[in-house]
Amino acid sequence: MTTVRAAGTILAKELRLEFRTRELLTATVIFALVVVVLFSFAFDPTPAESRRYGPGLLWIAFLFAGSLMLNPSFSREQSNETLDALRMAPVASFAILLGKILANFIFMSLAEILLVPIFAVLYNVSLAGIVGRLIFVLVLGTLGLTVTGTVFSAISAHARMRELLLPLLLLPILTPLLIAAVESTAALFAEQPTLDRTWVAFLAGFDIVFLTASWLLCDYLMED
Amino acid sequence: MAATTAAAQPALTLGISLRGVEKRFGAFAALRDVSLEILPGEFVALLGPNGAGKTTLLRIAALLSNPTRGGVSFTNGPATISGRVRAQAIFHRPKHVIGLVAHNTLLYDDLTAAENLTFFAKLYALENFPTRVGVALEDCGLATRAGSLVRTFSRGMRQRLAIARALLHAPSLLLLDEPAAGLDRQGLLWFGDRLARLKQAGCTVLMSTHARNESLDLATRAIALAGGRVERDSGSGGDPAPLLAALRSEA
Repeated sequence: MTTVRAAGTILAKELRLEFRTRELLTATVIFALVVVVLFSFAFDPTPAESRRYGPGLLWIAFLFAGSLMLNPSFSREQSNETLDALRMAPVASFAILLGKILANFIFMSLAEILLVPIFAVLYNVSLAGIVGRLIFVLVLGTLGLTVTGTVFSAISAHARMRELLLPLLLLPILTPLLIAAVESTAALFAEQPTLDRTWVAFLAGFDIVFLTASWLLCDYLMED
Repeated sequence: MAATTAAAQPALTLGISLRGVEKRFGAFAALRDVSLEILPGEFVALLGPNGAGKTTLLRIAALLSNPTRGGVSFTNGPATISGRVRAQAIFHRPKHVIGLVAHNTLLYDDLTAAENLTFFAKLYALENFPTRVGVALEDCGLATRAGSLVRTFSRGMRQRLAIARALLHAPSLLLLDEPAAGLDRQGLLWFGDRLARLKQAGCTVLMSTHARNESLDLATRAIALAGGRVERDSGSGGDPAPLLAALRSEA
């Protein structure tokens, strides 16, 4: 079985499980929504402040929600040791990781689709004319977040304090991604919206580096 | 029934060779210098008290765990390769022919019985998988509960489905870790019959169990582990009955 086909099978299983239980998506959306709303009430930002601080608040909400959502990605395979069944199947280790990365990317994207319009209303940010470019930045940032988060979820799955360990490992590693995503989004929220090619290239580079690293290291990640 | 017959015939038989295997968890040695040659087609009963190292041995044979020292290889398979998981990740063809029933069910509680089997059938790239899944569910007596979530099953039903999952791809090397746990009288009869068919088909079986398991009558070899070492071995071609009788009386 090819890696892509096996990853597709695992992705379909992840989607079926999530849409049946709605555990991750509901918690992620509610958590990110609470962060965005609380910041809005706490700072009551003016339009100028929203343009300045909004991107940072938005990406911090995504980052915290992401670290919450990504933790069960591998840990929930442990209740019946189903990860062993996946590891025994005649598929490449990367297929398991890729299936989970794609599933997490879809869950995170769905959460963002719900959150970004609410953010725009609460922070009085106009999305008119920047939707396409914003989606491009969100896709690059979310891909980096989910690739790195899924890898670290696999690393921390066997740890005793995994709920604490994942954010401790993940957040420092994601700092460059956070800076690039915030700068790219801030350039779009500016009075003269532009796509900052330098930061966008940085985001794309981050994604490529971590996706390649996960491909190279997946056999070690999947070991007991 | 044609599909059942086809599923019962392993594509090839696989033996296992363990050479000086040691497995440590920190300072604790779960296995110490275990060397075994399990021939293709042998039905081996692996016995021993709790903590003897049975599960660790089966996990190493299933390529789920790396030995700290020593090596594992497979004979008569598509290729004789190193048993290390890292090598296995590159040459993963023998995975097609290894089946495992573990302590846990290896099933997703929030998928139905049919969805669980279909998922694994797709991962094993089985041809005509809807038919094979249907036959497997019929065979394990869960056809009427095919659409029920596994979380609603009793322990015995889960164990039946776990066994059906392990046999779905017609493995020629079957690793069983206390497979009869949770099975009722009817389940034990079904499982015994299934094992007899697999033995007849030439499947290599390595089964960790307790000395009173009725399926032990099928064993062609008995190995007793204690403290992570092979304590007694009836040997290939030997009669396991005296050793099993001795272990039964000890139990």
